Amino acid sequence: MNFLRELWENLREFVATVGAVTMFFGRVLAQLPQAVLRPSLIVEQVHNTGALSLVIIMTCGLFVGMVLGLSGYDLLQRFGSEEALGTAGALAIVKELGPVISALLFAGRAGTALASEIGLMRATDQLTAMEMMAVDPLRRVIAPRFVGGIIALPLLTMIFIAIGIFGVQLVGVQQFKVDAASFWSQMRSSVGLDDIVEGIVKGCVFGVACTLIAVYEGFTAVPTAEGVGRATTRTVVISAVLTLILDYILTAIML
Amino acid sequence: MRPTRTVEFSTGLFVLLGFAALFFLVTQITNRELSTGGKSYEVMAQFENIGSLKPGAAVSMAGVTVGRVETIGYDQQLYKAVVRMRINSQFDRIPKDSDASIMTSGLLGGQYIGITPGGAEEFLKQGDRIEFVQDAFVLENLINQLAATFLRRDSGSSQDSNQGGAQGGNQGSQQPPAQEPKK
Repeated sequence: MNFLRELWENLREFVATVGAVTMFFGRVLAQLPQAVLRPSLIVEQVHNTGALSLVIIMTCGLFVGMVLGLSGYDLLQRFGSEEALGTAGALAIVKELGPVISALLFAGRAGTALASEIGLMRATDQLTAMEMMAVDPLRRVIAPRFVGGIIALPLLTMIFIAIGIFGVQLVGVQQFKVDAASFWSQMRSSVGLDDIVEGIVKGCVFGVACTLIAVYEGFTAVPTAEGVGRATTRTVVISAVLTLILDYILTAIML
Repeated sequence: MRPTRTVEFSTGLFVLLGFAALFFLVTQITNRELSTGGKSYEVMAQFENIGSLKPGAAVSMAGVTVGRVETIGYDQQLYKAVVRMRINSQFDRIPKDSDASIMTSGLLGGQYIGITPGGAEEFLKQGDRIEFVQDAFVLENLINQLAATFLRRDSGSSQDSNQGGAQGGNQGSQQPPAQEPKK
C-alpha cells in the first residue's frame, strides 16, 4: 500500500510540475513583447548561450562528421557504393544528429549556466530585491535569457551541420579518396530544402524546450547551495530526455 | 547596462557564422557548376534511355575518370536524351568510333558513363558526337522481358501437354475447365 501511495504521489507531483512549467511558459511568453524592447539584454544572452558555446559545438560537429565518414565509408564500401557517403552523411547530420547533439551540448553548456545563474540569483535574494524595486524578474532576467536561447540554438545547429558535413567530406574525400564530384552531386540531388527546414524546425523546438527547462529550474530552485546544484543537474537530465522524445515526435510528423 | 564592444563583436560573429552555415547548406543542395580544372573539350552522345544519370556524373575509361557529364537534355525531334560530356584535355586520344555506355557503380551507386575505345585513327574533339552508345540498364525492363518469356513458354507448354509446365504453370494447369468455356 505504501508503495502504491508513493507512486500516486510521484504521479501527482509529475502532473503538477508539467502544469507549473506550462504556466511558467505562458507567463514568460506574456513578457516577450516587453523583453524585445530591450535588445541589448537579448544580445548579451545570445552571447552567453550562443557565442560561448561555439567552440564546443564546432569541435563536436567536426568529430561527429568524421566518425560518420569513417563508419559510413566502411559500411558503404562493402556494397561498392562509397559515393553514397555524401548522401548518407548529409541526411543523417541534417535531419537527426545535428539538431539532437547540438541540443544536448546546448543543455550541457548553456542550459546549466542559465539554471545555476538564475538559481544563484534566487539564492542570494537578487530576484527578491528586484521584486522589491517593482522590477519584474520575469521581464528583466528570464525573458531575455529565453529569447537568447531560442535565437542561439538554431544558429548553433546550422553551424554544427555545416561543420559536420565538412567532417564527413574530410574523411570520405580527403582520406578515403571517394570521388569528390560524385560525393557532392549525389548529396545535392538527394538532400532537399525540406530536409534543411526540418533541421531548422527541430533546432527551434529544442531551443524552446531546453531554454524553458533551464530558466524554469533556475527560477524555482531551492535557494540553497544544494538546491542550485540539484536544479542544474535536473536541467541537463530533463532537457536531454525531452529533446529525444520531441525528436521522435517531430520526425514522425515531418517524415 | 550596455553590453561591451567585445560582447557585441563575438555575438555578431556568432550570428554571422550561423547564417553563413545556413547559406552554405541551402546553396550546396542546388546544382553548382562542377569545376573540371584545366582545359577541357565537350562531346555529346544520344541515348534512348539514360536511367538515373545525373549531371556531374563521372565519364570514365577503363575505370579512370576522364570527365564529367555536363548537361542532360531531351531532343524532341529524335526522341532521345542528349548527354553533353566535358572531358579533360589531357585525354585527347579517344578514338572517334568509341563506345559510350551508361553503367551503374555498385549496388546502390550512381550511374556513370563508361567509354570503351574503338579502333579509329581519328580522335574525338570539341563538339563531336559519340555514335555508338549503349543505354542504361533498366532492371524493370529486363524483368518484364523475363516475365514475358516465361509466360510465353507457359502458354506454349500448356497447349502441348494439358498438365502444364514445371515452373509457374499454376494458372494454366490448375483450372483448365474454368478457362475452356471462356475461349
